Amino acid sequence: MDLSLKPEHKAFADEVRAFARENLSPATREKTFSGKHYDRGDHIVWQKALGKKGWLAYTWPKKYGGPGWDVTQRFLFENVLAEEGAPRILPFGPKMVGPVIYTFGTEEQKERFLPGIRSSEVSWCQGYSEPGAGSDLANLRTRAVREGDHYIVNGQKTWTSFAHWGDWIFCLVRTNTEVKPQEGISFLLIDMKTPGVTVRPIIMTDGAHHVNDVFLDNVKVPVENLIGKENEGWTCAKFLLANERLGIAEVPSSKRGVSMLRQIARIEPLDGGTLADDPAFTAQIADIDLQVQALEMSELRVLSTMAQGGAPGPEVSTLKVRGSEIQQRIAELTMEAVGEYAQPYQPGMLFHDTNETPIGPDHAPPAAPRYFNMRKTSIYGGSTEIQKNIVSKMVLGL
Amino acid sequence: MDLSLSDEQKQLQESAERFAREKYTFDNRRKIVATERGWLPENWAQFAELGWLGMAFSEEDGGYGGGPIETMIVMEQFGKGLVLEPFLPTVVLGGGMIARAGSADQKAALLAPMIEGKKQFAFAWLERQSRYNLADVSLKATKEGNGWSLSGHKGVVYNAASADEIIVLARTAGSAREPKGLTLFVVDAKAKGLSRRDYPTQDALRASELTFDKVSVGADAVLGKVDDAFPTVEEAVDRAIVALCAEATGCMDAINAATLEYIKTRKQFGVAIGKFQVLQHRMVDCFTNAQEARSMTLMASLKIDDKDPTVRAKAASGAKVQIGKSGKFCGQSAVQMHGGMGVTDEMAVSHYFKRLTMIDLMFGNQQHHLTRYSNLAMAA
Repeated sequence: MDLSLKPEHKAFADEVRAFARENLSPATREKTFSGKHYDRGDHIVWQKALGKKGWLAYTWPKKYGGPGWDVTQRFLFENVLAEEGAPRILPFGPKMVGPVIYTFGTEEQKERFLPGIRSSEVSWCQGYSEPGAGSDLANLRTRAVREGDHYIVNGQKTWTSFAHWGDWIFCLVRTNTEVKPQEGISFLLIDMKTPGVTVRPIIMTDGAHHVNDVFLDNVKVPVENLIGKENEGWTCAKFLLANERLGIAEVPSSKRGVSMLRQIARIEPLDGGTLADDPAFTAQIADIDLQVQALEMSELRVLSTMAQGGAPGPEVSTLKVRGSEIQQRIAELTMEAVGEYAQPYQPGMLFHDTNETPIGPDHAPPAAPRYFNMRKTSIYGGSTEIQKNIVSKMVLGL
Repeated sequence: MDLSLSDEQKQLQESAERFAREKYTFDNRRKIVATERGWLPENWAQFAELGWLGMAFSEEDGGYGGGPIETMIVMEQFGKGLVLEPFLPTVVLGGGMIARAGSADQKAALLAPMIEGKKQFAFAWLERQSRYNLADVSLKATKEGNGWSLSGHKGVVYNAASADEIIVLARTAGSAREPKGLTLFVVDAKAKGLSRRDYPTQDALRASELTFDKVSVGADAVLGKVDDAFPTVEEAVDRAIVALCAEATGCMDAINAATLEYIKTRKQFGVAIGKFQVLQHRMVDCFTNAQEARSMTLMASLKIDDKDPTVRAKAASGAKVQIGKSGKFCGQSAVQMHGGMGVTDEMAVSHYFKRLTMIDLMFGNQQHHLTRYSNLAMAA
């Protein structure tokens, strides 16, 4: 057992850092540290650079065009990129549908879809939740009926992140209504340009447009876009969710959040000094700092098991629960650090390139919106309540 | 001891409740938010007509002889409706300070028209460095002939764009953060040298940054005694805190009611999600939190007139701690139990959550008031 890095890993971290400094646009980097929202270009330009280097699908094995890194390399890669202010890699292609395709897809499907995911030429979004199927995902109603060599798809997906940027959507659809809910679901890839696909924005509480409703109205989908066997899509769905829950803890960005919070505390005025002089406040930062360390070490233990050939078990749900609570707490403390100046709502400073000076300190505009927005982390990707049900049933046997 | 409302207070409660219910439906409120002022003059006229603008002032000041309980009653219903009219800056803060510190002339010129609905106020105290310290004031007022000249900056001034007069806390003597040496000035909102940068707040109210560049005022602009404004300000802010607490209890009642309704009707796994014990217990905790918030607000409303400033300050800070805690719990829980719907702009729940969050940040958050309460309690 050893926590220290070998020289080759140190060299690897340096290589990643040098790559980020060379390829990450200063404007994008600036958005990260000022809490601005990224636009599509920020993500795509950066992801294409990673793709060109062969690093976008960094969790994939070599066989499918990934770098074949060990867990230490993945860990370093994620942490260095977060420190350098890179936007998170949008997971829908490289972390979600990609592994589903190379695990369950045919050779033709792998050849057709994996290159576009690795290069970020093709953007993906996730068609899972529906108005009546949130926590109870298996209750989904979107119907796909086979007609010759096509499926005709009708239904509605919701909370679809970045559907407005997506070229393709991977969907869970119902292909059999006669059996148990989980047994009649299929995993279907749909080109967003197909007639009958409509996207409607959902505006979030911070004023941002990230998620959408996606309406599917008599959408004709070729049968060769089915991944795995018909009615066996639930297996793909669960495989994907387990992968999702692992990355969703967002440890590297929380570490960055803690250091940004300390920086803010050193700037925020308090009685002639700064907030950093207030032990009641700095103790709260220390507390969340330690929680992040516990989470990181727990995640490393899971990764270490995986490195020995194990699969992530249901206990990764605890990482998701704690990871979301920690992100929320960091956002809360950051808003509290800003105090009264968290009150002005400054959408221009969040969403647009502007020469305006912010009201209050530079770090004020995103503070409250981020706190509001981060409430979603304990809801998406399986709510905290659902994750705890999984742990109590699958881990504790209750 | 009697904690029940009088018949008149019950009537007041009913009429405020009706106002919020009828005039502040979700869609109506959205329309009011989109107006230039961000509130409706016709509603303000109705407040005047119903006597709400004068209810908490004594009869010799032209009011109707009520007090903090009347304010509490109305503010609570304002919280239920997320009412946008600037009652707090104009009536509770502005009117409150004029009633306490104003001369007979000032009361006639300012308070009487305010009660009639013809004047609005804003209170400019905060500066970039102030955080929650009311005495951390550096905007300077210097003698200029018979009058004064004001220069400096004020931030997050609610209702400054609609106010007729801005009540400004300025330093006339003493060093930074010294409570002694502060003076209140009543400044015409259109005074030469006063410039504004207006913006909406997170919870759809309106506030401004103000810059004072040698703004000249007469000697009669001083509200109360020169160099001795701090006790007036502290009391006014304590009263505003208790009014905000009442507003927050209204927000909590509304957000809890919406959440209860949602978990009774939203079905997953074939049943209403309110059938799941984990949500039942959380809902019970929301209910308990709202009860505690109501209790502390009532206690503070009953103690706010106490002659002993320590009693008053402890009550206000104690209530603010409770409101911060309960508001956060109810707000976060409501969002969580609404699932994805709770984080959209389309549901009322996110708007109540934002208001509760901003109330915690106003005039000192939970941590600040816990410290203030603790210091006062230890000193006793």
